Amino acid sequence: MSTIDTKTVKHVAFLVRLGISEEEAQKFSAQFSSIIDYFNMLNEVETTGVPSASDIANAENVLREDAVQPSMSREEFLKNAPQSERGYVKVPTVLGEE
Amino acid sequence: MQLHTLTIQEAHQLLVTKQVSSVELTQAFLQRIREIDPKIKAYVTVSEELALEQARKADERIAKGENVTPLTGIPFSIKDCISTRGVRTTCSSKILENYIPQYNATVTDKLAQAGAVLLGKTNMDEFGMGSSCENSAFFNTHNPWNLDHVPGGSSGGSAAAMSASLAAFTIGEDTGGSVRMPAGFCGVTGIKPTYGRVSRYGLIALASSFDCIGPMTRDACDCATVLEHIAGHDPLDSTTYQSPISNYTQNINKPIKGMKLGIPKEYFVAGMEAGVETALQEAIRACEKLGMEIHEVSLSHTKYALPVYYLLLFAEASANLARMDGTRFGLSVSEGAKDVIDIYLQTRREGFGDEVKRRIMLGAYALSAGYYDAYYLKAQKVRTLLRRDFEAAFSKVDILLAPTSPTTAFKLGEKTSNPLEMYLSDIYVVATNPAGVPAIALPCGFSKDMPVGMQLIGKHLDEQTLFQVAHAYQQVTDWHKRNPKIS
Repeated sequence: MSTIDTKTVKHVAFLVRLGISEEEAQKFSAQFSSIIDYFNMLNEVETTGVPSASDIANAENVLREDAVQPSMSREEFLKNAPQSERGYVKVPTVLGEE
Repeated sequence: MQLHTLTIQEAHQLLVTKQVSSVELTQAFLQRIREIDPKIKAYVTVSEELALEQARKADERIAKGENVTPLTGIPFSIKDCISTRGVRTTCSSKILENYIPQYNATVTDKLAQAGAVLLGKTNMDEFGMGSSCENSAFFNTHNPWNLDHVPGGSSGGSAAAMSASLAAFTIGEDTGGSVRMPAGFCGVTGIKPTYGRVSRYGLIALASSFDCIGPMTRDACDCATVLEHIAGHDPLDSTTYQSPISNYTQNINKPIKGMKLGIPKEYFVAGMEAGVETALQEAIRACEKLGMEIHEVSLSHTKYALPVYYLLLFAEASANLARMDGTRFGLSVSEGAKDVIDIYLQTRREGFGDEVKRRIMLGAYALSAGYYDAYYLKAQKVRTLLRRDFEAAFSKVDILLAPTSPTTAFKLGEKTSNPLEMYLSDIYVVATNPAGVPAIALPCGFSKDMPVGMQLIGKHLDEQTLFQVAHAYQQVTDWHKRNPKIS
């Protein structure tokens, strides 16, 4: 039986930038353990020497000319931005003192 | 005449012979949506104004006889994860509740160019994560055959809309069965094309190496017509194939006699509802009568398809959904945020439902240091074995036949408390996506008054054979012609 404790749940929640409460962490911890347990059945499969399936459709590299083309206007792009100022997306401080 | 029950082909004939206009056809569907959809709840957004404008333009095209395609003037709806310029595209998530794309998906563009009429956007499990449509952040969609049952998922709205005749065709999206499983539950025809056959540009990604857009229709012939119009190479999606699309509809009557039909034994095991098993056995006999040779084959890694699929999906989804961060579009919860990280944490906590949270966290777990080899890499290796299973089977047979689900549509609320049990309802439809092969679902009977679905699985890029066999089967059966009585 795998156990994914609440500490691990909180850690992965932060990795995916998801706010989470203590109660939620407990609920997810129980659910994750049973799901991961189920996934562990893959251990039965012998995969020595089996390559990882890295491609699925066209295996070739697709290249194109690096040419300037018209794109969405700044005004149009910013229509969906929650906050903008002087033609830029506005967010709180990104770089600061820790 | 009931305009809403026409096939695309029938409607097209009426349009080009001027017996009905696209505006009339569109109004008939809009009226039906107003009457019936409050019971089914297939639509998240109805784009009435745009639909009538597109219908008027289609009528002009038909009047002039210019650029008339089989889809000109035909009303359709599209799953709410596919971008539609100027029409809200929510993925049935709170985080995109008010998101209005500034551009069209390639599929949306192609359908607009063909002259099809967009009726609206259909409900789904949030971001495609679910098998019953119950993970929509907005409301549940009901199965038109019995309103207490689920329509399946994640394209449950598209399947229900098709089944209840709320559009002449619908577009779904299949990441791990999301077209075929609800098609089976709702008794309609739907195809997951070969990965890379239809452009993903403008599709809000769930798992980029699995996602396939595909039509849902009344029959195989309509399905072929729609796929012809949306398939093909797209410079905006590098994974699309360059190879030409065959003329599916023109070749649909080609004989299937002597073709080899494989029955994968791993798909016919204990746990299948008795009525489903009976319907499938009858379908196999029907194919035999059509002159197909029946062979038992083995896809020996089938039982591992589910963990492979879910592990890789979680990993890909956790990366894809990183863009939902409350800064450039969508919901933004910035109150009290002291820095940008706080905006991320707050927005995603409020904007995502529990299933999305589970999956992106488990994805990060499977990709994180210490677990990557055991989970992500292991799953990618077993994925290779799944693909080899299909390659080996297709060296012996032309096409495979399997159920779409072990049961018919279950009841609303029946599986919501146990995520793992919900995942298991996808057991028969997930293997094709890690392998990339195409598969078409179609109705093949009833069990306990609910539709039973089967799927035909084909070789890479061989949608043609799927359409031929599905069409031949539908010439000798009438399951696809049954319509639910909506009470």
